Amino acid sequence: MITLKNLHKSYFTASNSLHVLKGISLDIHQGEFVSVMGSSGSGKSTLLNILGILDSYDKGSYHLDGKLIQNMSEKNAAKYRNETLGFIFQSFNLISFKNAMENVALPLYYQGVSRKKRNVTALEYLDKLGLLEWAEHMPNELSGGQKQRVAIARALISKPKVILADEPTGALDTQTSYEVMEILKEINQEGITIIIVTHEHDIAAMTDKIIKLRDGVIGDLIINGDLASFKKSYAKNVATL
Amino acid sequence: MEVQGEATMFDIDRWKEIISALKKNKLRSFLTAFGVFWGIFMLIIMAGAGKGLENGITDGVGQIATNSFFLWTQRTSEPYKGLRRGRWWSYENEDVDFIRKNVPEADIVTPRLFSGGGGGTSNTVRGERTGSYYIKGDYPEWAKIDPVEVTNGRWLNNVDVMQRRKVCIIGETIFKELFDADEEPIGEYLRINGVYYQIVGVIKPISNININGRTEESIFLPFSTMQIAYNYGNQVHIFGITAKPGHSASTVEEKVMAALKERHKIAPNDVQAIGHINLEKQFKQFSSLFTGIQILTWIVGIGTLLAGVIGVSNIMLVIIKERTQEIGVMRAIGATPRKVIGQIILESVFLTTVAGYLGLFLGVLLLEGFNKILEMAAASGSQDIFIKQPEVNFTVAVACLTILIVSGAIAGYIPARRAVQIKPIDALRDE
Ligand SMILES: Nc1ncnc2c1ncn2[C@@H]1O[C@H](COP(=O)(O)OP(=O)(O)O)[C@@H](O)[C@H]1O
Ligand SMILES: [Mg+2]
Repeated sequence: MITLKNLHKSYFTASNSLHVLKGISLDIHQGEFVSVMGSSGSGKSTLLNILGILDSYDKGSYHLDGKLIQNMSEKNAAKYRNETLGFIFQSFNLISFKNAMENVALPLYYQGVSRKKRNVTALEYLDKLGLLEWAEHMPNELSGGQKQRVAIARALISKPKVILADEPTGALDTQTSYEVMEILKEINQEGITIIIVTHEHDIAAMTDKIIKLRDGVIGDLIINGDLASFKKSYAKNVATL
Repeated sequence: MEVQGEATMFDIDRWKEIISALKKNKLRSFLTAFGVFWGIFMLIIMAGAGKGLENGITDGVGQIATNSFFLWTQRTSEPYKGLRRGRWWSYENEDVDFIRKNVPEADIVTPRLFSGGGGGTSNTVRGERTGSYYIKGDYPEWAKIDPVEVTNGRWLNNVDVMQRRKVCIIGETIFKELFDADEEPIGEYLRINGVYYQIVGVIKPISNININGRTEESIFLPFSTMQIAYNYGNQVHIFGITAKPGHSASTVEEKVMAALKERHKIAPNDVQAIGHINLEKQFKQFSSLFTGIQILTWIVGIGTLLAGVIGVSNIMLVIIKERTQEIGVMRAIGATPRKVIGQIILESVFLTTVAGYLGLFLGVLLLEGFNKILEMAAASGSQDIFIKQPEVNFTVAVACLTILIVSGAIAGYIPARRAVQIKPIDALRDE
């Protein structure tokens, strides 16, 4: 689903340049549930943004669903983001003057779906996430967990192949975090590829594959057996559930 | 992109977005909108006032023949054919046929005699009451050049002139001054400069252009009667002449003047001997004055409007800046640049159009109110109102709205372009 080859990314500021990603090569298959870890400033968000075609890269290649993503026009990028990708942000990023239903329906608006139809669909998704009775509420009337679930519904409504989440639980308490992770797991089981950025080990432990960034390259790739032990060492946290 | 059909202007979400965006910036939106409002308001008021002045003057002129000119005599200023300069001279009855024969482009050629005038010694008597009025000896044709409204009785006719009847037509002021309101003037007699005339008609002017004194203070006698009764011989004081359709009054005037000079032995280069006024020329001057007013109106109006529109562009820039993150989110979930730009332009057009429409509406309302006051003043008899029906025509209103929509679009486009030029991730990161 996602193939990165020797990907580089630098940030240029007026005075100096910062080489953040120094050759990332990576394969993520359809249906995988992947987490990206690393210390603060290690480039996790940068990587995720490139995957989301929200940012460009300097060198190497990025294939999404078999298609090379490079020098893409903003119009095409918008189409990909709308149809292939779904985003979940740490700060939820709901539109403050739209109610929950309208927020969820927004991606369909950009697809040109009629208002009636997209609102019906939005209600279905809100129902799935247990938020049906909150449909008419404005974002500021919702708790953090509810907001994030609205955001998840919004990411899901356009039936994306990949969901990208930058610290989706970063602003939530532990219990709500775990609830959100449960939802993501269920979504993953329906076949949607999920990539989350997190610095919390217990969150990462709930995924199938952990990519650890260190000094701009992949320091560790934890899968399968290794994952089992990784999970074990953080079972304590999980047990507190 | 291919299925954008429904997500157009009429989508409720769009309007919700517009309203909430503007609500968030209430004061700024208001101030900016006010700029546009004021621009269009001023434009309407100025255009209306200009038009009112034009209407007032055009209307005041009434149906007076605008292709007419008037000729009278003055002392010569050049010696000619053995005649000294400074000579007094006058037109004669024979000049009428002479002009008709020599200048076929002249249409109506009508002579007039006149005497007396307001403020002079009183020349008109009815029993105890007396007055000083303008006395004019006319042919019925005079009213074809300077029409009057007959409010009682009739105007002069050819039989009056042929039979030298001792009849007269009086202006309304004279009726008011010499009669009680409930008296019937028709059939009554007036003594004018010692001669009795029977009143056959009362008139009031249509035009407020007066030739040889105010029409409502004038007494009209048959030309022939006046000439005989007061021993004018075959003298004519003034000619009223119109040009035939398709001929310029100025050209005809030149020809008539040349012919008359020839006949009366006046030097061709004597510019003083014939006094003249040409209404065609006057009206041309007026119409260039009106054009001038209009141009000025539009320059000032559009300038003000432009300032308003630049204001809108500015506020849009600020609004967009404040909404950078929101626009980032919109783009992350699939808003194409076109969608974003379209939305912002629509907001801007909405702001300018609503404000502009309000300005248009209030401007027109004010003009209407003003018009009502003017009409009331006119109805209560106030004279010499030189502004009439201040109004803006449909074309002006449509032009204003078009300018507004176009400039609103431009005002929105600049900030919109900026909004999509930054990378979505930079937009999202914006705090
Ligand atoms: N737009 C930018 N311009 C300059 N430097 C940036 C920019 N975005 C991120 N960085 C820098 O790049 C590095 C990686 O950032 P990021 O990917 O956000 O790290 P992480 O998400 O792992 O904390 C950090 O040092 C950060 O300061
Ligand atoms: Mg980060």
